[in-house]
Amino acid sequence: MTFNRLFWWVWLLLLLSPALWAIYAIYSEAMSPGSMLGGDAGETLVHHFGDWGMRFLLVALLASPLRRLTGSALPLRLRRMTGLAAFSLLSVHVLLYLWFMAGLSWATVVKDIVDRAYITVGFAAWLVLLLLAVTSTRGWQRRLRRRWQQLHRLVYLAALLGIVHLVWATKLGLAEAVFYGGAFLVLMGERVLRSAFKPAPEGKRSMPV
Amino acid sequence: MRYRRNSTPTGSEITPESIVLNRRRVVGVLGLGLGMATMPAGTVLAGLQADDTPTPEAIVTGYNNFYEFGTGKFDPAEYAHEMTVRPWTVEVSGEAARTGTFALDDLLKGLAVEERIYRFRCVEAWSMVVPWQGVALKAVLEQFRPNGNAKFVAFTTLERPKEMRGQRALFSGIDWPYVEGLRMDEAYHPLAFMATGLYGKPLPNQNGAPWRLVVPWKYGFKSAKSIVRIHFTNRQPRNTWNTLQASEYGFYANVNPSVDHPRWSQATERRLPSTLLNPNRRPTLPFNGYAEEVASLYDGMDLRRYF
Repeated sequence: MTFNRLFWWVWLLLLLSPALWAIYAIYSEAMSPGSMLGGDAGETLVHHFGDWGMRFLLVALLASPLRRLTGSALPLRLRRMTGLAAFSLLSVHVLLYLWFMAGLSWATVVKDIVDRAYITVGFAAWLVLLLLAVTSTRGWQRRLRRRWQQLHRLVYLAALLGIVHLVWATKLGLAEAVFYGGAFLVLMGERVLRSAFKPAPEGKRSMPV
Repeated sequence: MRYRRNSTPTGSEITPESIVLNRRRVVGVLGLGLGMATMPAGTVLAGLQADDTPTPEAIVTGYNNFYEFGTGKFDPAEYAHEMTVRPWTVEVSGEAARTGTFALDDLLKGLAVEERIYRFRCVEAWSMVVPWQGVALKAVLEQFRPNGNAKFVAFTTLERPKEMRGQRALFSGIDWPYVEGLRMDEAYHPLAFMATGLYGKPLPNQNGAPWRLVVPWKYGFKSAKSIVRIHFTNRQPRNTWNTLQASEYGFYANVNPSVDHPRWSQATERRLPSTLLNPNRRPTLPFNGYAEEVASLYDGMDLRRYF
């Protein structure tokens, strides 16, 4: 096995770990209430999946700067998997909200989406990610060609909406907002500065940002 | 009467009428949910519903909001041991005859320790049922002989950044110390309580040792923890959450299923333990199930406005 292949497996395991942790936590909670989820499985798990989804999404945005920095193609090869992991975790986040917070009542869901801005924004972010996940296959890449790249720039919008959702949903304390918002600004800043100072050469070699 | 006494009756035992009223309901609770054998004699159960069972101790003491130790629910259980609770002094000030600094032990001396099983509803839409031990708030406050100007009483939580890492946090956003307040008639209501223990043990630090307020018909944030100052005043005191976000947290903060928090519904709650297979969602009751006892305190008030 080549180093890259090995790293691919390690990375996959890493991406799966939040879900594995959750399975283990649910199991121990069933054996002894309060032991891992504090008795409020809904709130703890909704935050767990939301947090890790957000983190992986930002890590996916780190791929192209990392490639430029190191010259290695590995980050780009892991990018789709990372993005899909983020999408999966955030989908579970949405499902857990539907189950625990909305009690599977569609009236409540609709009311929440209409009335509560942070849910509106979060739901919009998830829809964008859904679109990107569906079109993430090679087939769609071929079908959309140059448009695929443009379409997938929407990931910046999804990340921004996600951070707004997080800040809005937080009862108090801006530590998380500062952390995620700061990371997003650094990642975006790198792209803005790069395009300002070093315009990407036109032609075949231009890579998706 | 509603207090079923120990063999040694205690001093301040004028049974409040509002508590007596619930006798029939309580008998139901005893028979159905809680099991008589585990219930110490004299336990106050007003407001309990037939399907209320105490939340497991591990959850009551392991899943807390106590931002002085961090904003995470598991932070208090992890870090609250850093707080020194002995000796503990309480400063009493304002509109009262007897003010000054008191040792907590002196304030509690001679007061009847009672057992109360209360519903506890957090503004975040989760709830617990907690077996507390402690003393009636009225019995505590009467010692200071508040005068006619005392319309409100404010409670202040310990501020000691050296032992409370949440107070050292960079982005906590809270103007410490934590302050809460009650109207005097609320504070003198027989259900208002100062807890010094739970599950038959001294109050754990993460639950607000050595003593904390418990006002069961209000959202949990009203029940200030680790109290070091009691101040009688003729003006409505500021309360921390209201100062932080007035549109979301009022002064009264009575549990009210028909007034939503701007960011989530208050119509229902998750009773802990809430698990994947059994989220345990149930309707929230007006005044958290204590309407019969406390609703009259708010006669004529628009509770949508004074939320």
